[in-house]
Amino acid sequence: MDLSTAVFYLVALITVGSALMVAFSRNIIYSAFSLLGTFAGAAGLYVFLGADFVAAVQLLIYVGGILVLILFAVMLTHRITDVEITNRAAGRIPALIITGVFIYLLIQTVRETPWAKAKEVIHQPTAARIGDLFLDSYLLPFELASLVLLAALIGAVVISRKEIKE
Amino acid sequence: MPGFSPNELSSYLIISAILFALGLFTVLTRRNAISVLMGVELILNSANINYVAFSHFASGNADGQIYAIFVIMLAAAEAAVGLAIVLAIFQIFHTIDVEAVETLRE
Repeated sequence: MDLSTAVFYLVALITVGSALMVAFSRNIIYSAFSLLGTFAGAAGLYVFLGADFVAAVQLLIYVGGILVLILFAVMLTHRITDVEITNRAAGRIPALIITGVFIYLLIQTVRETPWAKAKEVIHQPTAARIGDLFLDSYLLPFELASLVLLAALIGAVVISRKEIKE
Repeated sequence: MPGFSPNELSSYLIISAILFALGLFTVLTRRNAISVLMGVELILNSANINYVAFSHFASGNADGQIYAIFVIMLAAAEAAVGLAIVLAIFQIFHTIDVEAVETLRE
């Protein structure tokens, strides 16, 4: 087993292990911090897939933005003393059965399907190609995305501000 | 484990299937609204891994990565609005148990 395979196993282990912590931890603070491992592990997987730009975006937005936002929300809404009450689970057995059936079907599908293969797998920087695509064939979705972000920004401010009653 | 290596498409698909199942489990079992949002983030991450893996192994062009970036952007917007709603609910009901918050008015 060479070094890159070993690193791949490590990244996969970190990703799945922290996702397990997110799903099964009783303490919401542990769940929130375990998300860090999942997000960083996914960024590592993107590096293995030759997607350097997506990996950087994943680190910047997920780890730097969404995770901090979730931690803020946990700290602002959570009474440290009653951890169990705010994070209790309901109906674990039915959920386990549904999830088990689901993962069995997914993995069988992955194993049995003859997936299409590219002629050759290329490793080269992707930022320039992504920039070209954004300003060429994906221009309209790109502009719509900026509109969605503006709407989300204003909406978040409007929803979370305190109302001043006259 | 045979067939589980960085040069196989199926290994990435299996990791993302596991992430999806764990996200589904989180969404199904949690009553805390923030935990439900964390499960949604896990599901979105698994979809992203699939997009990038197929873009790398199956199509060979960067279109899948574009979709992954769009998903990341929408996830950021979803987290911002979702957590703002959670904070507003907490200010009104003083709990974020999704089963306690059933009414549409104060």
